[in-house]
Amino acid sequence: MTMIGWAQIALVLLLVTATAMPLGAAMANIAEGRWRLPGEGALYRAAGIDPARGMGWRGYVLAMLAVNLAGFLLLYALLRLQGVLPFNPQGLDGLSPWLAFNTAISFVTNTNWQAYSGEAAMSYLSQMAGLAVQNFLSAATGIALAFAVIRAFARGSTSDLGNFWVDLTRVTVLLLLPLSIVFALMLVADGVPQNLAGYVTANTLEGGTQTIPMGPAALQIAIKQLGTNGGGFFGVNSAHPFENPTPWTNFWQSWAIIALPMGLALSFGRMVGDRRQGWAILAVMMLFVVAGTWATYAAEAGGNPLHLAQGVARGLGNMEGKEVRFGTSASALWAAITTGASNGSVNAMHDSFTPLGGLVPLFLIQLGEVLPGGVGSGLYGMLVFVLLAVFVAGLMVGRTPEYLGKKVQAREVKLAMLAVLIVPLCILGFTAVAAVLPMALSSVQDAGPHGLTELLYAYSSAAGNNGSAFGGLTADTPWLNTTLGIAMLLGRFAIIVPVLAMAGSIAAKPRLPASGGSFPTHGPLFVGLLTGVILILGGLQFLPSLFLGPIAEHFAMLAGQSF
Amino acid sequence: MFALLRPALVMMGSFTLVLGIIVPLGFTALAQFAFPRQANGSLIERDGQVVGSELLAQGFEGPRYFHPRASNAGQGYDGASSGASNLGPTSAALLEAVQGRLDGRRGVAPDAVTMSGSGLDPHISPENALSQIPRIATARGVTPQRVLALVEQHVEGRTLGVLGEPRVNVLRLNLALDAQR
Repeated sequence: MTMIGWAQIALVLLLVTATAMPLGAAMANIAEGRWRLPGEGALYRAAGIDPARGMGWRGYVLAMLAVNLAGFLLLYALLRLQGVLPFNPQGLDGLSPWLAFNTAISFVTNTNWQAYSGEAAMSYLSQMAGLAVQNFLSAATGIALAFAVIRAFARGSTSDLGNFWVDLTRVTVLLLLPLSIVFALMLVADGVPQNLAGYVTANTLEGGTQTIPMGPAALQIAIKQLGTNGGGFFGVNSAHPFENPTPWTNFWQSWAIIALPMGLALSFGRMVGDRRQGWAILAVMMLFVVAGTWATYAAEAGGNPLHLAQGVARGLGNMEGKEVRFGTSASALWAAITTGASNGSVNAMHDSFTPLGGLVPLFLIQLGEVLPGGVGSGLYGMLVFVLLAVFVAGLMVGRTPEYLGKKVQAREVKLAMLAVLIVPLCILGFTAVAAVLPMALSSVQDAGPHGLTELLYAYSSAAGNNGSAFGGLTADTPWLNTTLGIAMLLGRFAIIVPVLAMAGSIAAKPRLPASGGSFPTHGPLFVGLLTGVILILGGLQFLPSLFLGPIAEHFAMLAGQSF
Repeated sequence: MFALLRPALVMMGSFTLVLGIIVPLGFTALAQFAFPRQANGSLIERDGQVVGSELLAQGFEGPRYFHPRASNAGQGYDGASSGASNLGPTSAALLEAVQGRLDGRRGVAPDAVTMSGSGLDPHISPENALSQIPRIATARGVTPQRVLALVEQHVEGRTLGVLGEPRVNVLRLNLALDAQR
């Protein structure tokens, strides 16, 4: 590790913190109806929506499910039929049913797991009108759901969580679209392509030929980062020089990965009328990001001891799967934030990280994608942990737990636990089955403990709606496409339903004024408690699997063993 | 349930039309107008022919040129098939590959014996470039000092003095080598 490496990391995190304030304010303005879209009434009339009508939690969830189902069906059809549709200069065929199913779920659930390689499989129409549209809408869906959950705490004695259609529209058009266009133009300026041309054949200096891919990449890359989607336009994602050409684009993409989820924490503080609450949540998120970055950076900058013994200089560190322009520092920061944030784009290959360097992104996914988590989904996931932390504190002192003047009772705690248990159940259940099933094991590339980690990472990534991968795994098989698709669905919707039910129950409670006996939820004590609850409730159940995978591999590596 | 059909379909249809067709086509026009070279892949032409993209590594095997990092993109440096080795840190196959690229040398810069993340990494580290100078000077029959001067001209520093790592663009350097005489 070097000072200049840490300076790069510090710059990104400082910028994120600085922009969290205006972004948090902007999102609060949208949520509270101070910012409206000119002419939106015409759209609502055409769709038969009454924008003034508030929805209860069931109505909100049903509307969300309806638009997501429509999006899934449309995307599935588009992917299957892309071979006969326009904007396909490479003449690419439609996807197989398994792959189209997996990909459509992947993008609708904001996961962006990719069992295909963009430049070899996706027509420009599929990228623009299919995948990118879902990048916008799945991000807006997450933020809308977070708005509904925040309103449950901000309001008292009501069933009204807001109007899903209005939230979805305003978040998309007022927030995501303008940010994406400005960001995309910055990316083009540094070399990210944006065209509709066919691939170019170059005559190389040594007399060979090289195919150079093209496409409308920049706009899709902008929203993939801002919306914590993470699905690359090209196969290797943001490690591709066309997707992330310079340290400057890398800096801004790193910022974009966590800017909105961090900002939402502050929107929460504003909307519940106590900004310190937002900062406390942001502090916990930042704490994990810094710790994760430190651990990954230390592991990667130290190099691979097996290679050092062969005579490789330490230099930049472990450079297998990394790009020279980023080195280990920018790659380590990216690994921590892309998994902390449920983004899942990569600028270096996690599969080739050192065992401990690869453990960090895996563990950050397993902690429940709340650090800071996906746009929206991170905040509502974090609020689940907050309620559990308040509940634990209440148990310790023997008082009825309260959060922001709302009593936390049996129903909320049960629903919160349900939301917290679904992800480990999916991850460990599916991995356990896959680890003994020949059909699944044939997809594994590496022998030894690393092979188990590849499977564990895949199901963690799917259930956590992250989308990054240990890429050695051959993911495009019927078994993995199907089971990972199911894990993605459960990891998204089987959490949303209990969380929104919890929100409905909280909204119905009156907001009591704080008394001298209320447990303060904005100081360092609470930050520490919440951190502990996330580690224990979110992480402890994964410890055995981590010992069997990356930790066993780490000690094997130190002992000089290869597989 | 049917009450949700109309809003879901109208919203999905409108968003697809706006976000999926109108905005990307409009933005493509804007990008083509504002940054035509970058928006079209930063292609490099020599004598009227496209010889590559500034941003993508291309294969060099002969002794007269600087060599880029090893590539797992397709059969190597295939722009239509980006890819990494994805081999794990304790992989015996990876150890063997590194051993082969070391070819008996010690103290070699790590980027010279590993595969990049994209298989198209256009850069090598300055240390990697320096270590290749003797071979190129011999093959071209020029003094190592001349090649060294060229390498030094082509080292790109950190952005703003902080971001990224120092590096050399292999294709640009090789074009400069060819242009020298």
